[in-house]
Amino acid sequence: MGLLVEVVNEMVLYSLDFDVKARDFDSAGEVSSNLRSVLKQLSLNPDVVRRSCIACYEAEMNIIIHSYGGHMEIEIFGDKIRITAEDTGPGIEDIELAMKEGYSTAPEEIREMGFGAGMGLPNMKENSDFMDIKSSKNGTTVVMEILFK
Amino acid sequence: MKLKEVKEILNAEVMVGEEKLEEEVFTACGADLMSDVLASRDEKAVLLTGLTNVQVIRTAEVVGDIKCIVFVRGKTPGEEILELAKKAGLVIMKTKYPLYIACGLLYSNGLTCRSGE
Repeated sequence: MGLLVEVVNEMVLYSLDFDVKARDFDSAGEVSSNLRSVLKQLSLNPDVVRRSCIACYEAEMNIIIHSYGGHMEIEIFGDKIRITAEDTGPGIEDIELAMKEGYSTAPEEIREMGFGAGMGLPNMKENSDFMDIKSSKNGTTVVMEILFK
Repeated sequence: MKLKEVKEILNAEVMVGEEKLEEEVFTACGADLMSDVLASRDEKAVLLTGLTNVQVIRTAEVVGDIKCIVFVRGKTPGEEILELAKKAGLVIMKTKYPLYIACGLLYSNGLTCRSGE
């Protein structure tokens, strides 16, 4: 029985794919908005829904603000949600510094929109149970998992 | 506090969601930085802000516990924003008061922030 549960938990029950365009602020938030409606239908714990949507939105905004464009994949398993945000772009020079609250490289016009406060990555970490960032001069990939605890 | 009291205290104009003014709210937050709204773990039923772009509505949707957005300093959000708010089931108001005064008025009338206590 234990093995069966493990197998079921490792299966992707639902997956969503989105292309995210650089600087497309009008569509910003659509990925997380879509995610919210799917998660609501699955009647998941509201805290899981909330944390997943916030983590997803921050990742989406990061692609829009900092990259040349990217792609997001959301996989829903039996026991967790995995959000993968992949972009082509300049990458993050110093990940440790970027993880500091308040550190931001966002230009002024982004701040005027209410973003670029240097809370994105710390907030993604705060809302996920697992986060991994891989970044090079060609782009960045962030993987986050939120567990159904 | 009922949303209709929020409206009265702030002398606000309701732009979307007139039918929801009987709904009760217990907390509020004031911010122009949506990053801060997203980073806050407090429950926030009313969001007071001077920022009038689509991201305000998206942020409210993402955070999930915001029922009402009050635009301060007499700022009028565009049609596109109101449409999006309607779809999201939000109540939208605008008030002439600046952010600090608007927050102060609600707070002194009993709409406090739970985690700030």
